[in-house]
Amino acid sequence: MMFQSRRSILKMGGALIAMAALPLRALANFVRNDAAFTATGMDDTFAALGAEPMDSADIVVGSPDIAENGSVVPVEISTTIPGATRIMIMVEKNPNPLSAVFEIPEGTKAAVATRVKVSQTCQVYGVVEANGKFYKASKETKVTLGGCGG
Amino acid sequence: MAGRIRVRASLKGDMCEVKALMRHPMETGMRKDPQGNQIPAHFITEVVAKVGDRVVMQAHWGAAVSQNPFLGFEFSGAKAGDEVAISYVDNKGETGAGSAKIK
Repeated sequence: MMFQSRRSILKMGGALIAMAALPLRALANFVRNDAAFTATGMDDTFAALGAEPMDSADIVVGSPDIAENGSVVPVEISTTIPGATRIMIMVEKNPNPLSAVFEIPEGTKAAVATRVKVSQTCQVYGVVEANGKFYKASKETKVTLGGCGG
Repeated sequence: MAGRIRVRASLKGDMCEVKALMRHPMETGMRKDPQGNQIPAHFITEVVAKVGDRVVMQAHWGAAVSQNPFLGFEFSGAKAGDEVAISYVDNKGETGAGSAKIK
C-alpha cells in the first residue's frame, strides 16, 4: 500500500514536470535545429542539418529576378519529389543562410510561399527533405537595396 | 501581448488555399537604431496551422523572414465551414493567433 502511494506520487510528479516543460515547445511536435539556424555559410548549414543535398530538377524556386527591396523578397518553393516532408529556404549570402523550415504533413501540398530578407545579390535555395534524403535547387535573386538594414 | 494573425482560407477544387499575414517586427538583432544601439532580436520562431486537431502546416523560422510575415500553403481534405487556426510563438515567448472559416 505504502509503495503504491509512493508510486502514484512519483507518477504525479512526473506528470507535473512534463506539464511544466510543455510551454517551451508548446506549438510544434518537431524540434528546432538551432545549430542550423545559427550556422554561417551554406556548407556549415548543410553540415548542421546532416545533409549533403543533391541537385534536383524537381524543385521549383520562385523568387524575383531582381528585388528592389531586399528586406521583402517573395519566395515560393514547391517540389514534386515523392515523400517530401520538409521544405527549407536558404539564402546563400545572408549572415545565417537558413531562413525557414516548413514541415509538410500528409495531405498538405509540398509547396510554401513566404517573404524573406536577402542581404545581397545571391542564390536563393530551396532544400527538400524526402525519405531522409536531401535535394536542392536554387535561383539567383539580384538585390538593389540590401535587406538587413541599419 | 498576443498578436493577431489575419487568415484567409478558400477552397480551390479539393485543395484548401491558406494565406496568413502576421503582424510582427521580425528584428534580426543585427540592426542598430539611429543612436547606434543594437536593436535586440525579436522574431517568430514557430508557426503552426491546424484544422481541428489536425496539423496542416508547421514551420520553424529564423530572423530572415520578412517583417509582418506572410505564409501561404495548400492542403487537402477540408470542407467549407471548417476552421483553419494559426498560431505563432516568438523568441521572447510572445504568442499570436488567428483563424478563419474555409470559404
